Amino acid sequence: MKQANIQYEDVVIVGAGPVGLAAAAEFANHGIKSVVLEVSNSFSDGSKAICWSQRTLEILNRSGSAKKMLEKGVTWKQGRVYRGEREIFNFDLQAEPDFQMPAFINLQQYYFEEFLERHIGTMKFNDIRRSHEVVDVNPKTDSTVLLTVKTPKDEYKIETKYVIAADGVKSPLRNKLGLQLKGQKFEEKFLITDIRVKKSYPMERRFWFEPVFHHGQSALLHVQPDNILRIDLQLGPHADPEIESNPERVKNRIRKMLGEGVGFDIEWISVYTFSCRRMDKFTHGSIFFAGDSAHVVSPFGARGGNGGVQDVDNLSWKISAVLKGYAPKTLLNSYDRERIPAADENILNSARSTNFMTPKNKASEEFRDAVFLLSEEMPFARQLINSGRLSSPHFYKDSPLNSMDDPLFKSKGASPGELSIDTSVFKGEDAVWLLTELGTQFCLLIFVDEPLFFSNKIRHLRELACSWKPKIKIVFVSDQEIDSKNGALILSDKNNTCFKKWAAKPGSVYLIRPDQYIAARWKDSPPLKEINCALEKAMGN
Amino acid sequence: MIYNIKEQNFESPDDFYEVLVNAHDGLSDDESRRLNAKIILLLANAIGNKDLLEEIILTARKSFVEQ
Ligand SMILES: Cc1cc2nc3c(=O)[nH]c(=O)nc-3n(C[C@H](O)[C@H](O)[C@H](O)COP(=O)(O)OP(=O)(O)OC[C@H]3O[C@@H](n4cnc5c(N)ncnc54)[C@H](O)[C@@H]3O)c2cc1C
Repeated sequence: MKQANIQYEDVVIVGAGPVGLAAAAEFANHGIKSVVLEVSNSFSDGSKAICWSQRTLEILNRSGSAKKMLEKGVTWKQGRVYRGEREIFNFDLQAEPDFQMPAFINLQQYYFEEFLERHIGTMKFNDIRRSHEVVDVNPKTDSTVLLTVKTPKDEYKIETKYVIAADGVKSPLRNKLGLQLKGQKFEEKFLITDIRVKKSYPMERRFWFEPVFHHGQSALLHVQPDNILRIDLQLGPHADPEIESNPERVKNRIRKMLGEGVGFDIEWISVYTFSCRRMDKFTHGSIFFAGDSAHVVSPFGARGGNGGVQDVDNLSWKISAVLKGYAPKTLLNSYDRERIPAADENILNSARSTNFMTPKNKASEEFRDAVFLLSEEMPFARQLINSGRLSSPHFYKDSPLNSMDDPLFKSKGASPGELSIDTSVFKGEDAVWLLTELGTQFCLLIFVDEPLFFSNKIRHLRELACSWKPKIKIVFVSDQEIDSKNGALILSDKNNTCFKKWAAKPGSVYLIRPDQYIAARWKDSPPLKEINCALEKAMGN
Repeated sequence: MIYNIKEQNFESPDDFYEVLVNAHDGLSDDESRRLNAKIILLLANAIGNKDLLEEIILTARKSFVEQ
């Protein structure tokens, strides 16, 4: 064995699942070098996450990682819900499509990981080490952590300022620190299987309550790339995983579902039980738990992987800002303050869906029946049918980084703590997407008309933005095209969507964080002092 | 809270009660329970307000959990 030597790093990410890799891409994007340690030498096998949300794609798109996924993935936004053979309703997740990213793509988790890892490899700051297992973790002081890493050849140590523990639901790091996930476990068993078919299926999510092909239970069908279907079948609490995994038995079930004429091959079979649990706190000194290590949910709603990617979206700009010396360490306290409520929202929604699918007593069964009966004629009852509430970005309502909302907005547009709203705008003649233009640093989005743009007010604002460290980006949106030679980024709202979606008028200003969440906003020409205060607050001061 | 749920609000209490009870005429116990569930959902939608609904349900449950 080689002599154990110590390496020194700023950021170490443990685990190269979707969450660890998303973190690495984000850090690279912020110009921060990170090391990823991953015990396995291959991508996740079998059938896990498939549905990746608009928000996940927006996050990955910032580092250019979404492109390949969009090409390969199956895009969808429609869902259908059946009871028995009857369709009770359908839904459209992007009824008025004006976003760069689709509502969802379906893409096997191994492709997601592979594409992401490859893309990170093309970025400037990357260091992904496979077959490197973290075998010990020792918080040294409050400001560094000593990790022991085992490779097939030797063992070495890394002393690092920050650890992102993205080491999955079984999280060895969490266990080493004596910490737990707490919450609800469900008894119900689910058969999750991937099959390869020759026939093509519509790109939509289909959910059945009490289907005729699978008596008294529920079923879910998703379309994946490579002609693969994901089928989830509810099996009841008493099913025996061993018996249910028998390929012949599974084939029988699928034949009943798809009809005798459809040829298919089985790619993957697993029987799961699910739980909705989280850690009490995600932050432990300089160790930050993210993704499944910090919280798990049942999969109805696609909130696991997507929620985890949003954890590191939240965390990476903050750690980067502290490392660069722009923000105080107190900024990091906002990770728990923002992401624990987000995890709770995901847990609440996933648990409710699972409860609706698996009525726990006679009364809940009867209420569910009543909901179905009413829903055939009355749209109000359809709202109660819960086949999964799909992942959406959390509203950081009580975040310590938010400033008070300006009441003049009357809660319209995006309030502090909400995510920026994407829309198509024009840069000269070119149609561009607003989210992309906002970038990944603090940004002032300023709504103007021509007279305002050339006024002193705007000149002072631009001076202020330049005086900050780091420099604040300014993006103007104007109601008509402005011909300016002063180097400002001016987007014109030719479609008349941006002013509307943002409830803005000339003079409105939004302060936007590097993760594109709103920190503060003013309906009409705020004094510079107020913008300064809001910035201080948003940086954790 | 919009108003005190224990105070009287019926326009015509006897009419309501008669309609409610008669609605179960000729139904089996099972059908009756399903009817009740439908009625509850329709009433709940008519009320709409989250706090009020919660208060009604918890008030109804009280006698069972307090004994
Ligand atoms: C059936 C099913 C369907 C799902 N569907 C969806 C869906 O459609 N959409 C969605 O968003 N989510 C879905 N999920 C959830 C999703 O799979 C998880 O939330 C996601 O994998 C979590 O990512 P992660 O990076 O946190 O953890 P993991 O993916 O578990 O990755 C953790 C990594 O850490 C590594 N590791 C562990 N210990 C060490 C160590 N000591 N040293 C180094 N490396 C280590 C592991 O090898 C692993 O690669 C589904 C889950 C299941 C089970």
